[in-house]
Amino acid sequence: MKRVVITGQGTINALGANVAATKEAMREGRCGIGELEMRDLDRLSVRIGGQIKDYDPEALFNRQQISLYDRFTQFTLISAREAIAQSGLVFSGELAARSGVVLGTSGGGMQTLDENYRSVYEDGKNRVHPFVVPKLMNNAAASHVSMEFNLKGPSFTVATACASSNHAMGQAFNMIRWGMAPVMITGGSESMLCFGGVKAWEGLRVMSRDACRPFSANRNGMVQGEGAAVFVFEEYEHAKARGAEILAEVVGFAMTSDAADIVMPSKQGAARAISGALRDARLNPEDVCYINAHGTGTAANDKVECAAVADVFGHHADELMISSTKSMHGHLIGGTGAVELLACIMALTDGVIAPTINYEEPDPECALDVVPNVAREAEVGAVLSNAFAFGGLNAVLALRKAI
Amino acid sequence: MTDVAEKVIGIIAEQAVLDVEDVKPEATLEDLGIDSLGLVESIFAIEEAFDIQVPFNANEPDAGDFDISSVAAIIKAVEGLVADAA
Repeated sequence: MKRVVITGQGTINALGANVAATKEAMREGRCGIGELEMRDLDRLSVRIGGQIKDYDPEALFNRQQISLYDRFTQFTLISAREAIAQSGLVFSGELAARSGVVLGTSGGGMQTLDENYRSVYEDGKNRVHPFVVPKLMNNAAASHVSMEFNLKGPSFTVATACASSNHAMGQAFNMIRWGMAPVMITGGSESMLCFGGVKAWEGLRVMSRDACRPFSANRNGMVQGEGAAVFVFEEYEHAKARGAEILAEVVGFAMTSDAADIVMPSKQGAARAISGALRDARLNPEDVCYINAHGTGTAANDKVECAAVADVFGHHADELMISSTKSMHGHLIGGTGAVELLACIMALTDGVIAPTINYEEPDPECALDVVPNVAREAEVGAVLSNAFAFGGLNAVLALRKAI
Repeated sequence: MTDVAEKVIGIIAEQAVLDVEDVKPEATLEDLGIDSLGLVESIFAIEEAFDIQVPFNANEPDAGDFDISSVAAIIKAVEGLVADAA
């Protein structure tokens, strides 16, 4: 079994247009959630989100690319460029032939769908642009990354709602671990902040109209975000041989299914995924210093997640830190685990734990150290990242400090 | 140059990222560096510009009446469709 390390990271999200800006915002506990800007906002009852503002695709892509890339693909490519540049890898020959891309997304090219449904249904047009299908397909982002960077090995897209990115990164991890690929570009992306995307979530009545306050007794729902994060997962010996800077080591992954309810979370399902990741990583519960929570800010998720953590960690649950960075960047749905992995890596490399902002009132059902409001310095050896999707699909990653 | 010719050349030039003067009537789309995706995008732009239906199926580019063998041929075909629609 091979070891897997992370040698590059990149992102664009509501907190920043790259990793440095995002880490700074997380360190300062800044909120990236604000008033949404979109057409027909007056017909929405939910009007806030972690939207990427001042975004200028023309500065990054040519006209032909823009006509082919949905916003979720653009976010992916921006993140992949940053991550691959940091890794220093250039893909050619045998390395290119064996390396691939596995990315998570839930909605895929939702902006493209929204715009074109509007055009044919509302505006009554009978003709759509020829690139609607190649823009909206869920694998568009993974395919464009493969094309831009000459990655010719296994590439695909994983769609498991809010766990998509964690499932994708788990696949990348295991593929390298079992020798299927020396390098995998992985992470996820989402761009659902369009009228139809917000309207659909609104229908479920789980959205907050004012703020995302995970673990706080007065929490009143989730807030959508958008963006992407992409990582370079690399086989340890390969990274070492070329003298690459190693950001962190991926040591474990587990996935479980609740097999219970299409929307309500299950403590047992979550707990089995968490303990499974520990077992897979050969970590003892006491080794885990920090958990990046799924922490959506809904009444149900946060209490179930805290109960699952308490079950798995016993007394150590009171020692470890658990925070939800969704309070700052919003819930990126299929891209969320990827952006949250940035906070995990920051904990390991910088010794800074990103806070749960908007924390106002303790909730006895979430009685853990949720790192309220202010980032904390801590020496961290191992961390977990939780993702629990609608449909009861859970995916937990374990990371360790690079040694 | 007719109105139609001017518009068609404008669309093709934009697709090929060329100046209008560099799109010669005798040129083929291949000469101009327009690939199969560029072709369907040009046809879409032509349909939008003239509010016509262009009978073109990418599986059988040579079938049907719409001749795409050169810029001049495309202009002629579009002029025909515009006249039919009038």
